Amino acid sequence: MSALVQSGVTAGTPTRPADERALRGVVSDPVHLAGRGVRALLRQPWFVAITLVQPVVWLLLFGALFENVVPAPNGDYIAYLTPGIVVMSALFSSGWAGMGFITDAERGVMDRLLVSPVRRGSVMTGSLLYQQVTTVVQTLVILALGFATGARFPGGVGIMLVFVASVILLAAAFASYSNALALLLRSQESLIGAVNFVVLPLSFLSSMLVPTGSLPGWIAAIARWNPVDWTVVIGRQTLSADVDWSVVGPRFAGLAALAVVAGALAARSFASYQRSV
Amino acid sequence: MPADLAIAASDLVKTYPGDVRAVRGVSLAVPAGTVFGLLGPNGAGKSTTVKILTTLTKATSGTAVVAGHDVDRQPDAVRRSIGCVFQKHAVDPEATGRENLLLQGHLYGLRGGPLRARAAELLGRFGLADAAGRLVRTWSGGMQRKLDVAMGLVHRPSVLFLDEPTTGLDPEARADLWAEIGGLARDEGLTVLLTTHYLEEADRLADQLVIVDRGRVVAAGTAEQLKSELRGDALVVELGAAPAVPPDLPGAREVTLDGRTLRARVDDGARAVPAVLAGLEAAGLVPASVTVARPSLDDVYLRHTGRAFAADATPELEGAAR
Repeated sequence: MSALVQSGVTAGTPTRPADERALRGVVSDPVHLAGRGVRALLRQPWFVAITLVQPVVWLLLFGALFENVVPAPNGDYIAYLTPGIVVMSALFSSGWAGMGFITDAERGVMDRLLVSPVRRGSVMTGSLLYQQVTTVVQTLVILALGFATGARFPGGVGIMLVFVASVILLAAAFASYSNALALLLRSQESLIGAVNFVVLPLSFLSSMLVPTGSLPGWIAAIARWNPVDWTVVIGRQTLSADVDWSVVGPRFAGLAALAVVAGALAARSFASYQRSV
Repeated sequence: MPADLAIAASDLVKTYPGDVRAVRGVSLAVPAGTVFGLLGPNGAGKSTTVKILTTLTKATSGTAVVAGHDVDRQPDAVRRSIGCVFQKHAVDPEATGRENLLLQGHLYGLRGGPLRARAAELLGRFGLADAAGRLVRTWSGGMQRKLDVAMGLVHRPSVLFLDEPTTGLDPEARADLWAEIGGLARDEGLTVLLTTHYLEEADRLADQLVIVDRGRVVAAGTAEQLKSELRGDALVVELGAAPAVPPDLPGAREVTLDGRTLRARVDDGARAVPAVLAGLEAAGLVPASVTVARPSLDDVYLRHTGRAFAADATPELEGAAR
């Protein structure tokens, strides 16, 4: 108790100098906020299992379903499908990122964060960081499974890393979109609707499940401007021994720009949230 | 602002879209080191006032200085100096009690050994040490509320905001928390701003209080001052049937009628009762019970808002304020 009494005397002075705190907080706050999500996730082994099993089911199911329908360029549809399923999983799970914000807002945890010195940007990057941990684990599991079922990636380590980075950028953009919508709509039902409204069309207006060559002309035209398709196209390059970097470069740059813009807009949606509290 | 004021708010106004005027000109002066009560019914504007003072939302107009910093121009400085406990139990149920406290401390820049020591100290102080390693979702509401308060204190704020801290708690947990809150101001020199719709809570904890009604401050002072402004005793008569108009009672002032409950003020309660009974009989009314009491905060509230407190106070969130 005596320590508590003493603390009252110095109360009012910040625990650390403000600018030093701000500097260290930029890195450590998102890490701690993401750590909270990861810890909670690991305490739900069934949820982890479902998250990992679901893309496996997609891969095998879509593989079996389309194998005899869709002509894969090199005849191996499972291999061809693997990058598509990686992108699909990343897209769908990042689309639900905002659910965490809605739960936090309902519980009052969001208000507690907003009256703390934590920067709004750190709350956003904390959520994105947590999202990326799941995305990367999922991606690696699907790639390993693809490998186990016969897919080979002769493109090499370089293009593999670029592909994983592209998936991270795409997931960051969609998680930002989801978080921003969560702060604006603040209802799980509305968020589900708004996310599906974007994620499903973008998935099917791309070469995620079928080769670009077999897409109808108008879909192929739209797919050229679809960031989901950019990521899938980069992923397909891992299957080719002769990586065409002129295909990869502009698409990767586009994904990076999209992630930055979406993240910045999402951080600004806190202002809208606070206006309505 | 005088140096000894922890909170100085001047003419705060908050209007939400749709012309919902939650706060219509609230001014407060809270001396440092005191417990200050913001008392009022649902929708009175208490929570909105707290949201402005804690930088959660911006006032439409008016100014406020908290712990020496302007809430609008220096929100970060205000945030580092205050602790906040809002109406909801803002704890993460999927983390342990200790993890909740450690994360909160991290976000205020505490690290390593000092942070762990502070967390252990608070867990001990609030009697949560044994449960600290368990997931918070397995805790009782009273324990979660204590953790909530402990989280608000982890960075040693100079001003603590408690928005209806005991709403939804059982009487035992409430008494427990009251003891803690009283101790905080006494032992730590902390300034506490407390909103409540429990008159008993304000009477017991607050050194000074204001009554807020429909977005305005309608009365201010210590509980004793407010009570002594009322002359005489409170007379409450439960009638057998609700009359259409308040009867004319000799010697009684401020006669109000709420269904079958008649309230009035009389100079000397015990001696006034026979005349009141005679007046009731003359009006053809049959009393079921008559009580005479020294003024309470309930009476202060009735006098300033024109409504009985019990009719307003329900343990729900402030509907009109959101």
